[in-house]
Amino acid sequence: MKLHYEIPANDLTYAGEASSSVKKKLVQLGIDPALVKKAAVSMYEAEINAVIHGNGGFADVEVSSDRIIVTITDKGPGIPNIELAMQEGWSTASDEVREMGFGAGMGLPNIKRYTDKLDIDTQIGEGTKVTITVEFNKRL
Amino acid sequence: MAKYFHSVTLDESKCRGCTNCIKGCPTEAIRVRQEKARIINERCIDCGECIRICPYHAKKAITDDLSCIFDFKHKIAIPAPTLYSQFAPEYTRNMLLNALKKIGFDDVYEVARGAEFVTEATKKLLADKSIKKPLISSACPAVVRLIQVRFPNLIDHLVKLESPMEVAAKIAKKKAASEKQINLSDIGVFFITPCAAKATSVKAPYESKKSSVDGVISIKDIYLKMLACLDRLKEQEQLLQAGYEGIRWANSGGEGLAIGTDKFLAVDGIHNVITILEAVESEKIMGVDFIEALSCTGGCLGGPLNVENVYVAKTRIKKHVDDAKAMDKSDLLQDTYNDNIDWTEEIEYTPVMKLDDDFGKAMKKLEDLEKINDGLPGLDCGACGAPNCRALAEDIVRGMAQETDCIFKLREKLRDLSIQMQGLGNMPSYAVNEEHEDKSK
Repeated sequence: MKLHYEIPANDLTYAGEASSSVKKKLVQLGIDPALVKKAAVSMYEAEINAVIHGNGGFADVEVSSDRIIVTITDKGPGIPNIELAMQEGWSTASDEVREMGFGAGMGLPNIKRYTDKLDIDTQIGEGTKVTITVEFNKRL
Repeated sequence: MAKYFHSVTLDESKCRGCTNCIKGCPTEAIRVRQEKARIINERCIDCGECIRICPYHAKKAITDDLSCIFDFKHKIAIPAPTLYSQFAPEYTRNMLLNALKKIGFDDVYEVARGAEFVTEATKKLLADKSIKKPLISSACPAVVRLIQVRFPNLIDHLVKLESPMEVAAKIAKKKAASEKQINLSDIGVFFITPCAAKATSVKAPYESKKSSVDGVISIKDIYLKMLACLDRLKEQEQLLQAGYEGIRWANSGGEGLAIGTDKFLAVDGIHNVITILEAVESEKIMGVDFIEALSCTGGCLGGPLNVENVYVAKTRIKKHVDDAKAMDKSDLLQDTYNDNIDWTEEIEYTPVMKLDDDFGKAMKKLEDLEKINDGLPGLDCGACGAPNCRALAEDIVRGMAQETDCIFKLREKLRDLSIQMQGLGNMPSYAVNEEHEDKSK
C-alpha cells in the first residue's frame, strides 16, 4: 500500500497529521502496537523536521507485510553536518520554534532510536530526503 | 458473565435515531441502524458521554435498585466521596453519612478512606525505580478500558492497584465479619456511585476475578431518599473515617495532590484524556511521573449519575475538604489496612480497530476503505448512522453498511437512475405497438 501526504511549511498547527494518519492505518492493519509506535514516533519527528527546517515537502509511505518505509522529502537548506545533527541536543531551530516546545535537538536522534534503518540524503541548498524503515517481523 | 457486559445501554423506545451520540462517542462505538442507536459492545468503554449527550434520555446506565440490598442480612453502604458534593452546604459530611445509613443500611464505610490506602500504595510504586514512568492512575475504569482498546503501549504504565471502591469494600467486609461475628456471605457491600463505568467494573472486573462489591446504586436513585432522611435527622453517630486527602479524590487533581509530587499531570474529560494519552504514548510529555486521567469533565464530580451540576459540586466538595482539613485526625474512625491490593488479573490489548486477522485481507480492506472514503462527500454529517465518512467507509469494508447509506451517494445514484430511465422512456417502442395493434385486430 502506498500513501502520499503533503507537509506544509512552517505551520506547526497541522504538524503531525501525516504520521497520525499512518498510525491509524497501521492499527487497522493489526500491526504489533510496539512497532506501530516505532513507526509513528519516527515519522512524526521527520515530519516535524520537514515543517520547521525543511520548508515543507511531502511524505511517501509504503506499507507491506514485512515493513514500512517512510520517505520524507523537503525543500529546505539541507544539513551541512550530519554528524552534528545526529547529536542529541544539537539544534538549529529558531527561538520562535523552541518557544513552541520544538527544536530540542532530539529529532534525528529519536528517529535513529526508533527505526531499524535510517538513510539521510541531503544536498545543500536543495533539500533533504530522510528514509525510515521499520521492520515488522523484527521484535523489539 | 457475558464477555462484554456494559452498564451503558439503550432504551430503544426513547431513541429517535439522531446523530448526537454517534458524534460524541470517543471510541466510535455507536452506529444508528434502522433508526435506532446500536452500541458496538467491544468498543464501548462505558465513559457515559452518550448518556450526557442524548437529548431524549435514551442512553442509560444500568445500576442496581436499592431493594437489592435486602438480599443480605448485613448491609453496608460505601459512598464515593462525590456523594458529599451533591447536597446543600448546611449538611455536614457526618450528617450525610448518617442519612445514607438511615435509608436502609446497617453501616457505612467511606470510599474516601479506601482512597487513602491506595494513595499510600501508589507512593511506593512511584518511589520504585524499576517501574515504568509516568504511572497512569487506574482509578477511572473508563480510562483503563480506553487504554485497553486504544493505547496498548500504555498498559504497562497503569497503576495496577485495586480501586478505592474495592479496597473500601474489602475493609468494610473484614471489619463487619470480625467485629460483629457475621458470616462473610451474609454481608452485602453497596457502592454509591456517580459513575456508569464503576457499575461495569463491578459486574465485569478486569483487575480481579470477582469484585468485593455486591451491588452498585446510583447517586441519583437515592438522592431524594437521603434528602428526606436529612430533614428528619435528629441524633447523629460519628461515622467519619476519611481525611481531606481521600475526599479530594472526587475532584480532578485530587488523587495527584494526595501523592505529594509536583511531577503530576491531571486531565479530565475523555477527549482531553485521549489527547494526553496520545502524547504520553509518543513520549512527547517529559518530566511527569504520574498521570491522573478522568473520563468525566471535572472528574467524578461530573459523573453522569450525579444530580448536581459539576461546577456547583466543585464548590461544595471544597467545603467538605476544608472542614476535614480543620478536623483533628484522632476524631476520625481510622483503622489500618495492610493487605495486598495489587491486581490479581492482567488486562490485555483488545485490537478493536483491526480490519482483519489476516494481514493480506486487512491490507485489501484498508485499500478499499481509502478508495471508498475518497468517494464520500467528507461532510461527516452522520446521516448514514456512522460518526463520520471514514467510519462509514470502514463499516462498508467490514460488511456492516453500504455506500448508498450515504444520502449524497444515494442521491447521486437516484439521479443516474432517473437519467437512465428517462433515456429508456424516450426510446421508440415499435415492437410493443405493433404487437398491441395486432391484438386489437
